[in-house]
Amino acid sequence: MFIINKTLQIFFILTIIVFFDLTNVNANSSNNTTEMHFSFDGFFGVIDKASARRGLQVYTEVCSGCHSLKYVSYRNLSGIGFSIDQIKSFASQFEVLADPDAEGEVNMRQALPSDRFVSPYNNPNQAKAMNNGALPPDLSLIIKARVGGASYFYRLLNGYKGAPENFDTSNGYYNEAYSGHVIAMPQPLYGEDVEYLDGTEATLEQEVIDLVSFFTWTGQPELDERKSMGFRVFLFLVFMTGILFISYKKIWKKVKAGLV
Amino acid sequence: MSNKNIGSKVIGWIDYRLPIFSTLKHTLVDYPTPRNLNYWWNFGSLAGIFLLIQIITGIVLAMHYTPTVEGAFASIEHIMRDVNYGWLIRYIHMNGSSFFFIVVYIHVFRGLYYGSYKSPREVLWWLGLVILLLMMATAFMGYVLPWGQMSFWGATVITNIFSAVPFVGTTIVEWLWGGFAVDNALLNRFFALHYLFPFLIVAVVILHIVALHTHGSNNPLGIDKKGPQDSIPFHPYYTIKDLFGLSFVLTIFALVVFYAPDYLGHPDNYIPADPLKTPAHIVPEWYFLPFYAILRAVPDKLGGVIAMISAILILFVLPWLDTSKVRSATFRPMYKNLFWILLVDVVILTWIGGSPPEGNFILIGRIATIYYFTHFLILMPLVGVIETTKPLPNSISESVLKKSIKGDK
Repeated sequence: MFIINKTLQIFFILTIIVFFDLTNVNANSSNNTTEMHFSFDGFFGVIDKASARRGLQVYTEVCSGCHSLKYVSYRNLSGIGFSIDQIKSFASQFEVLADPDAEGEVNMRQALPSDRFVSPYNNPNQAKAMNNGALPPDLSLIIKARVGGASYFYRLLNGYKGAPENFDTSNGYYNEAYSGHVIAMPQPLYGEDVEYLDGTEATLEQEVIDLVSFFTWTGQPELDERKSMGFRVFLFLVFMTGILFISYKKIWKKVKAGLV
Repeated sequence: MSNKNIGSKVIGWIDYRLPIFSTLKHTLVDYPTPRNLNYWWNFGSLAGIFLLIQIITGIVLAMHYTPTVEGAFASIEHIMRDVNYGWLIRYIHMNGSSFFFIVVYIHVFRGLYYGSYKSPREVLWWLGLVILLLMMATAFMGYVLPWGQMSFWGATVITNIFSAVPFVGTTIVEWLWGGFAVDNALLNRFFALHYLFPFLIVAVVILHIVALHTHGSNNPLGIDKKGPQDSIPFHPYYTIKDLFGLSFVLTIFALVVFYAPDYLGHPDNYIPADPLKTPAHIVPEWYFLPFYAILRAVPDKLGGVIAMISAILILFVLPWLDTSKVRSATFRPMYKNLFWILLVDVVILTWIGGSPPEGNFILIGRIATIYYFTHFLILMPLVGVIETTKPLPNSISESVLKKSIKGDK
């Protein structure tokens, strides 16, 4: 038993080193700000659906003026609790290019649940031309695609503070959280930017949290299902490992006794 | 090879003409295995299982993936969102590559500790190194396929390494690219090769197993089997032990796949590739970091490339650099210490590989690189000569049974 325990210990330590230490170098920990806590943290954390729905409202009324969400379809909104009728009516506010008709004319049609979120610009060049040469990034994966993830997103939208004296902000706006502190995006949210349909008070803090919920969902629509499946898989594997360990000890009993 | 116990008549009929069943039985059931293998011997079969996991998930991913610069990134998101359980298949594949490398690196270090590369297992060791090289090529090309920022810039940096070759460097790089920049032609051929290489690995794995079974597994004592009392059949003893180890590792694997699927990756790879925008730090996947550190430790481009390649090639001549007659580090007090120092050195190189090349990181990286080569080129031959080894036990069975009787008291 002693050898087994020792081997397992070493294996554990090695695994822990590999996962929780070495690979951190990949994640470039230049920001030492304290981590935030969100509803989707931890083993059992899930996305707050009501918050994500409010986030959709903020995105639609504010962000979508400049930022696309092109990997998400309207039909996906069922994942944060919208009914198919709500999705149909939500999608119908937007227009997309239809397929060429019988005469070869290309017209516009109302968007359907199967369409991706309609982008604010026709192409990246138009987006740049209308934003002083800066391309507003697509927001579908914004939380996954930034070092620091949700915490960074939160700090960025709360990071518009007065610039220190003599700080050159002629190329953009001062932001504490942004690398280099000069960001091309003007402060998008101040609080009371939207009137929430569910009556929640639209403070800046609330709006940012709701956007974090929404964009965490657009980036990882599988998050809730993944975690609940993961827990069941984990329980099964722990059980199976135990059974196999007992079988192993039993089968090896003779070998250890020198009878084989 | 007798086929008396093979079972039904049909199997016997086939086996008489093509001895596939008796070969499998000989390989997976009867194979006489040293009775004293510890848990570090689990990692060979684990590597095989992860290869299989990668091939199966990879084939499914290929059914939904688009190898064009316009479509690649979007097709990955299509897999993550629209394909049934596509997220699960992709996360298994992504993290499976990391686990494949963890398992194989442990397997290699086990070989280093117990002297598994020594006569008569040199060819077995070479075949293992060939597998490692093929794995590296496969993993690198696979990382390019999502066509994110790290994919693109990683491909740019690594393919540019070949431009260090004197006279024909630029020609080679353009030939690799299929053009004058990292673009669609490169993505297409990387996809084709990423699909091909795993099957080459399977072929070399088969040779690896044939070579293994020719002289049998090494063991923690590093002494040869003296007779039948030293070995036990592979089945059921090592099948059950390997299954237990597999289940244990899969549990850790599941935790990563389901709860931290992007932890081992880089966030920048969720940004679509942009040839006009270089990321602040271009870092390869974690399993390449020690080699990346060696590449950057040498101030000359060609020199760096030579050092990086030598870091692996040097392992091919290891059986002759190690002058000790004793295999297992258990009986080699000096070499045992050197082994652990080498392990720490590789950990340091991994850390340096992921750090920006500035300030003290450069110095530490250079010292660690010099030590890496010193270990193999100077210390290994030297220690084998000057070291006083501990007395070897007479036989495996004697040593094991003595211990188990002592354990019972």
